[in-house]
Amino acid sequence: MQVNENTNFEPVIVAFCCNWCSYAGADLSGTNRLNYPTNVKIIRVPCSCRVNPMFILRAFQRGADGVILCGCHPGDCHYTSGNYFTRRRITLLYSMLDFLGIERDRTRLEWVSAAEGAKFAATMQEFTDAVRKLGPNRRLEDLRCRKQ
Amino acid sequence: MQEAMINKAKQLLADGTVNRVMGWKRGEFVYDITPAVFETAEEIDADFVCDDFTAANVSKYLVKESRKEGKILAFLKPCDTYSFNQLVKEHRIVRENVYVVGIPGGPKLDAEKIKAKGITGILCVKNENGTLKIDTLYGEETMPYYEAILGKCETCKSRKHVVYDELIGEEGEVITAEDSGRFDMVEKLENMTAQERYDFWREQLSKCIRCNACRNVCPACTCENCVFDNPASGISNKAAADSFEENMFHIIRAFHVAGRCTDCGECSRVCPQNIPLHLLNRKFIKDINAFYGEYQAGEDTTSRAPLNNYDKDDCEPSIVHERGVE
Amino acid sequence: MLRIPVAKSDELFAAIASQQTLYLPADRKDGQAEYRKWEEGVKLSSRLNTVRSAKDFFFPQTENLAEFRMEGKKIEVIDIRKESEDFVIFGVRACDARSFTILDKVYLVDPVDTFYQTRREHGTVVTMACTRPAETCFCQTFGIDPTEPEGDVSCWSDGSYYYFRANTDKGQKFLDSLSSLLEDGDTAALEETKAKTKEILSKLPLAKVSTENFGGDKLNEYFRSEKWGELSESCLGCGTCTFVCPTCQCYDIRDFDTGHGIQRFRCWDSCMYSDFTKMAHGNPRLTQLERFRQRFMHKLVYFPANNNGEFGCVGCGRCLSKCPISMNIVKVMKALEEK
Repeated sequence: MQVNENTNFEPVIVAFCCNWCSYAGADLSGTNRLNYPTNVKIIRVPCSCRVNPMFILRAFQRGADGVILCGCHPGDCHYTSGNYFTRRRITLLYSMLDFLGIERDRTRLEWVSAAEGAKFAATMQEFTDAVRKLGPNRRLEDLRCRKQ
Repeated sequence: MQEAMINKAKQLLADGTVNRVMGWKRGEFVYDITPAVFETAEEIDADFVCDDFTAANVSKYLVKESRKEGKILAFLKPCDTYSFNQLVKEHRIVRENVYVVGIPGGPKLDAEKIKAKGITGILCVKNENGTLKIDTLYGEETMPYYEAILGKCETCKSRKHVVYDELIGEEGEVITAEDSGRFDMVEKLENMTAQERYDFWREQLSKCIRCNACRNVCPACTCENCVFDNPASGISNKAAADSFEENMFHIIRAFHVAGRCTDCGECSRVCPQNIPLHLLNRKFIKDINAFYGEYQAGEDTTSRAPLNNYDKDDCEPSIVHERGVE
Repeated sequence: MLRIPVAKSDELFAAIASQQTLYLPADRKDGQAEYRKWEEGVKLSSRLNTVRSAKDFFFPQTENLAEFRMEGKKIEVIDIRKESEDFVIFGVRACDARSFTILDKVYLVDPVDTFYQTRREHGTVVTMACTRPAETCFCQTFGIDPTEPEGDVSCWSDGSYYYFRANTDKGQKFLDSLSSLLEDGDTAALEETKAKTKEILSKLPLAKVSTENFGGDKLNEYFRSEKWGELSESCLGCGTCTFVCPTCQCYDIRDFDTGHGIQRFRCWDSCMYSDFTKMAHGNPRLTQLERFRQRFMHKLVYFPANNNGEFGCVGCGRCLSKCPISMNIVKVMKALEEK
């Protein structure tokens, strides 16, 4: 796997966060004054299950270098079972992206509860670092969207 | 075989069991066969054909045909019965309006593979003890029979009819993945490096002309309005204007049929550019089998589809990230 | 006639490529042929024809037309056209060569399509006479002689030599630029090859397909034909026939939001698609029957009505071998003719 030599590279990270747990977790990390990289752009969704595979692909299309999906821990879904479906769906999608040769470290799923502000910040830091190492997303980008 | 089918069709038409017959119609050459609906014994006598080239899966036509007045007779090969069953399960086919006669399956032949050998001007194709004798405008040509077998038949998954009202021939058996080798190519790709996989798929998907043949022939693609045709979806497109769009169309299409695709292989058969699209579907099938237990879409009409189901102990997506080969 | 030994083809291609970009049909791993840019090692395909037609060079599947950038209430329109380069397409078959004439009738009449026009001006077409026509060929139906292909330069092969003849000024210039490689030679062997090919041509299974029952005056007769239902019954509504067709010329114009501007592009469209010519009130052709009829009526009736009897088909046979359900213009013609 290529490692980016350009150390100035700052990845764009899109984080889909479920409204009930992960988004609240992100909020908590904020109120606790915990730092997480400004690279992370949060998109709030009602449930992790709302995330259509297309959302993830389109995030990459429009310039994301990494996409992370956060939801309630299995068993804690506000809608009882949404995240169980998410888990199957996203496992298959990530596996398919890997199959197509897209660097697998550009995708991640993490369960973050409303109480886990610290975990949210740490996860985002870790994920951003991992994507930074990979360099810009070239295999799943739309050249038309690249900023000149 | 063809004769037994013609007799059966005429008999069922005559006794009023059915008023139409779904089958295949002879073309200009030996290989250009069109799926067709026959209404009379005369039409059947004139044009009905079932031979080495009748590979088309007619199940999808029954979505529309089973909603018409009267009952239709459908001749289904083993692989076609899986598609049929899956469509019944999804309430797309009205089961009562179809009289299913199971017929033995392939292997069927692929005219493209004959042409790829440089054989042209094909007038007649005959199989004689494992050798294809091809009568052409430029004299007789021969090639090994097995080299002309249609891709989807090379890795046949089952000779068993999972649904039928009547059977011509004998009941067959399901073929195990080990015997059929249908996941071998997927496995081979999995064992490549990410760069190699990427290069493989770029080479293949960049050939795509977005003709939508794969989608329109697919028995699992029966949406009234596809997201790629819907201007309100935000992602509708008629051509891949960027390599991203080539990838997206095929990923999303494969994903949409994941857990419902019976692996009938029609997508790859019809692709004018010979893109091995079935490998995407098989990747999903293989993953589903590995992660959530063996599942064959179309095998029954009652079980829950793997993506409409879950288990509290399902594996986490990190299973993908922890794979050995990079 | 000017000729060069086939064995020296690499030298020839290298000489052409040193002056301008050269494209020629080359074999793909999957056994089919496609036009590829020539570089060291690329061999001319032995297949009769490419999957995609040569129209791609003048009318590509997607093409950017303009860009817009917005700042406040101001919209800036950016012309994204770049300097075009000269290029050569080598090995175009007679059918594809004729398709350019048909496309010209659409794109070079008022209002002229300048994108198309620029490409036509910069492209030199070197055709290649057929020696092994396939069972799917029926170019003779449309008055094309595959042993006498059109184009800026016509080229023949008898297996040991390539023979050249310039048909236009552009073609003459092209041959002049290669004069050091070409020698004058006798054409006896070539005439023999041509005669053999002509014999095969007369034996083609579709040699008898004729256009005599088609043309601009057949609108009422065929539009209302009862055959359309049966013919279109199994049509999947895909765009394979349209996209492999050398003469289909419909396109759609769309805008793409790049996030930092708008890109206006056009891309091929297919009358077989449910959203073809969709307007505010919906689609004028509601079922596949109407869409299917449109495609064939256009080629066999509407196009000749508007173009002095020229049909919108060149008989290349691509749709015959590529249609997923093997429904095609020959079957349509034969069915319509049955009374």
